[in-house]
Amino acid sequence: MSQQKPHDMGGIPDDTIIISAESREDEEQVFHQPWHARALAITLAAGALGKWNLDASRFARECLPADDYKQFSYYEKWLAGVCNLLVTHKLISRDEVAAGTAESAAPHDRMLKPEIVSAVLASGGPVRRDIAQKPKFEAGTAVRTKQISDTLLVPDGHTRLPAYAAGKQAVIRACHGAHILPNAHAHFRGEAPEPLYQIAISAAELWGENAVAGDEVILDCWESYLEAVR
Amino acid sequence: MPHEHDDNNAHTLLPSEPALRVRALETILTRKGLVSAETLTEIIDIYAHKIGPHIGAKIVARAWTDPDFKQALLTNAETVLGEMGLAGRQGEHVQVVENTADIHNMVVCTLCSCYPWPLLGIPPSWYKSDAYRKRAVREPRTVLAEFGMMPHPSQSVRVWDSTAEMRYLVLPMMPAAAAGCDAEALAQWVTRDSMIGTGSPKAPQI
Repeated sequence: MSQQKPHDMGGIPDDTIIISAESREDEEQVFHQPWHARALAITLAAGALGKWNLDASRFARECLPADDYKQFSYYEKWLAGVCNLLVTHKLISRDEVAAGTAESAAPHDRMLKPEIVSAVLASGGPVRRDIAQKPKFEAGTAVRTKQISDTLLVPDGHTRLPAYAAGKQAVIRACHGAHILPNAHAHFRGEAPEPLYQIAISAAELWGENAVAGDEVILDCWESYLEAVR
Repeated sequence: MPHEHDDNNAHTLLPSEPALRVRALETILTRKGLVSAETLTEIIDIYAHKIGPHIGAKIVARAWTDPDFKQALLTNAETVLGEMGLAGRQGEHVQVVENTADIHNMVVCTLCSCYPWPLLGIPPSWYKSDAYRKRAVREPRTVLAEFGMMPHPSQSVRVWDSTAEMRYLVLPMMPAAAAGCDAEALAQWVTRDSMIGTGSPKAPQI
């Protein structure tokens, strides 16, 4: 079984207080440092060049060395992820990264222009697709989530099944229609859309009998993350 | 392939100080014509000043005052929000989940930081923190208590882990004290955290 990656942290015991009195004070600010805003904007603008998709962008952050993932603040992860994508997709070179500058060039034909930013952000990128395949599971059906390794299409690849929810009894609540499969899309293996289900897992199934009866976690799982329960 | 491995970690070549790291990458990208500085400024302006929780608050307040709108929102938020021009980036597929006397909903993204941007803007730091991502699914009631929330003993807690491109907005219960207000006044009661499920609507500060 592949090792749990640092980003896959749901349910790991931790007694850190989430929001301290000091952090509450400046909490209303959207960006705490000017460079946070810049890192976010660079990530979006570089993504608009069309060389990678959102799933690949998430996977790039997940692939950061574990020490970096743990030590980096949020926007440092974003910046490192986009830097590595820019280099692996040959938009910039390692030498340019090391120099911190580059020779001037004419604007790239897909460079996001300021006048269309608002429209591009407002239109987004829907991921639901029409497919002929009928959903295998109906609402109310008992299913089991697979092990992480059984959802991967690429060794050590991308999945959106969290470790805490793997191998658990669940109930189908609804089908959202077919959505692009991140496990394929993150690795540029096409969209491979398949039915996406909203599933419920009881807190007792996840955390044991001390959990409060009736409490549950809802997740979205693609059909290939689930198996029928006999 | 060692070379490819190096490319995957090109970020280690950037300066050690984060602000300088961002500036270095911006310099490379703008000089190469891959990104325009004006575009970056425009993106920042939108998320710093235009898109934020005030948008979600208006939706909630309207749902509190317009039963037909509320019904449509709970049944098919995607269509309703799409018609209102609110189905943009990171909010293309939204489901609105209603708090009731029986259910308290709260939203997390344990794998990264998925959040309904067109309705709430950029997520707050705590939402993106390791502590929230780890703890929200395992001990939601303890987390809620830290936020000053005590679900009624009769309420089950339902935690929504945003593992796909579905985005979740909590429709909080309208406080009894707000009864009689119109939608515009009610929107002032709706806090960001109440739409994530870690807070309650609050009387506006006058």
